[in-house]
Amino acid sequence: MCLATIARVLEVNREKGTAWVDFGGVRREARIDLLPDVRVGEYVLIHTGFIIERVDEETAKEILSAWDEVFRLEKEAVGGYYYPGD
Amino acid sequence: MESIVGPYRDREIARKLVEKIREEAKLIDEIRIMHVCGTHEDTITRSGIRSLLPENVKVVSGPGCPVCITPVEDIVKMMEIVRNAREEGEEIILTTFGDMYKIPTPGGSFADLRGEGYDVRIVYSIFDSYKIARENPDKTVVHFSPGFETTTAPAAGMLNVVAQEGIENFKIYSVHRLTPQGIEVLVKQKSRIDALIDAGHVSTIIGVKGWEFLSERYGIPQVIAGFEPNDVLMAILLLVRMYREGDSRVVNEYRRAVKYEGNVVAQKLIDNFFEVVDAKWRALGVFPGTGLEVRKEWKELEIRTHYNPKVPRLPDLEKGCLCGAVLRGLAMPTDCPHFGKTCTPRHPVGPCMVSYEGTCQIFYKYGALF
Repeated sequence: MCLATIARVLEVNREKGTAWVDFGGVRREARIDLLPDVRVGEYVLIHTGFIIERVDEETAKEILSAWDEVFRLEKEAVGGYYYPGD
Repeated sequence: MESIVGPYRDREIARKLVEKIREEAKLIDEIRIMHVCGTHEDTITRSGIRSLLPENVKVVSGPGCPVCITPVEDIVKMMEIVRNAREEGEEIILTTFGDMYKIPTPGGSFADLRGEGYDVRIVYSIFDSYKIARENPDKTVVHFSPGFETTTAPAAGMLNVVAQEGIENFKIYSVHRLTPQGIEVLVKQKSRIDALIDAGHVSTIIGVKGWEFLSERYGIPQVIAGFEPNDVLMAILLLVRMYREGDSRVVNEYRRAVKYEGNVVAQKLIDNFFEVVDAKWRALGVFPGTGLEVRKEWKELEIRTHYNPKVPRLPDLEKGCLCGAVLRGLAMPTDCPHFGKTCTPRHPVGPCMVSYEGTCQIFYKYGALF
């Protein structure tokens, strides 16, 4: 039920409260009520036809490089990235 | 998009993570990690993660399937409402999600109701239900609305539109539930949970902060995890390490989609339209403070304000069905005498075999013979 899929925003219609999004080839209309300031070009997560959050591509890449750190430096590196609020 | 997801499936990274988990696990007796999301179960079973873990690292599935825990009484009541409405000259179009449609009860399923000649439609989104209501102004559209916070947020968003536009022929039947509060009840009932993998997209809505009370009150280490195999392996590694060190915090591994404060717009919408009530979880009992009902000030939007037939208490499960124990993480599907014999996705005996998020269906689908 809580499955969400990544899509890219193609077009936003704020008046209507919807956006056209692209799931790697498949286009659909999605509601923007939960992310009203969504912008064209952003990657977002869609759950049951609603955009629920933007996916932060930079953070995704940061985490991957942090994983490398985990393997190399063990705990110090882990502490550096994974705790919330740091 | 591939650049975001690809490495989270990388075999070499997975191998290293498993190696680290094995090293770490040598330093503890045993850990029981619970996850609470059907999509995590899917990742774990599909990728064969349990087979890679050392014996003392157990990953069990919790009640992470909203349609599995939706009370039989509510499904039966919804069907009665549709029948009563017709008797009173009002036609209801009932909409719900695909897996809810087939959930069996002693009074039949929504699919059976359709067989009786009523208008029951499967939708992908509550937005589709709204569109059906706009297209059918002479009928009442009722969306039977299950789900955890991830799905409650869209429901609240849609109710907001319906309220603003003053649409009178759109109602919901809310059977929404709160995830962390549900887990708290399991903990209070002495279910052994040494560590938690928190549901990623529930967390997108409620944020890291929505889980913190479980760590503060019960000392449970938690990791919010994404849904790729390496997300889950990373979560397991961190949890084993935190458990060993007695470190009970909420760690956010799924930062690419989860913020500390969560989706504040969604939280405000949920709070505006729903209030917390005690609620039954099918096969588990009544869990205090874990259900969401439409607030009194919006009661026009809830179908039970208009029709509320009495429904007798019904048995939750067929005899021998272990769905309740599976949802508590006390049994694996393969422990059930029905599993794969009398109970299959085509002829499900219990709700855990119906939903694509049900642990039994996932085990059946991927042939979990580990």
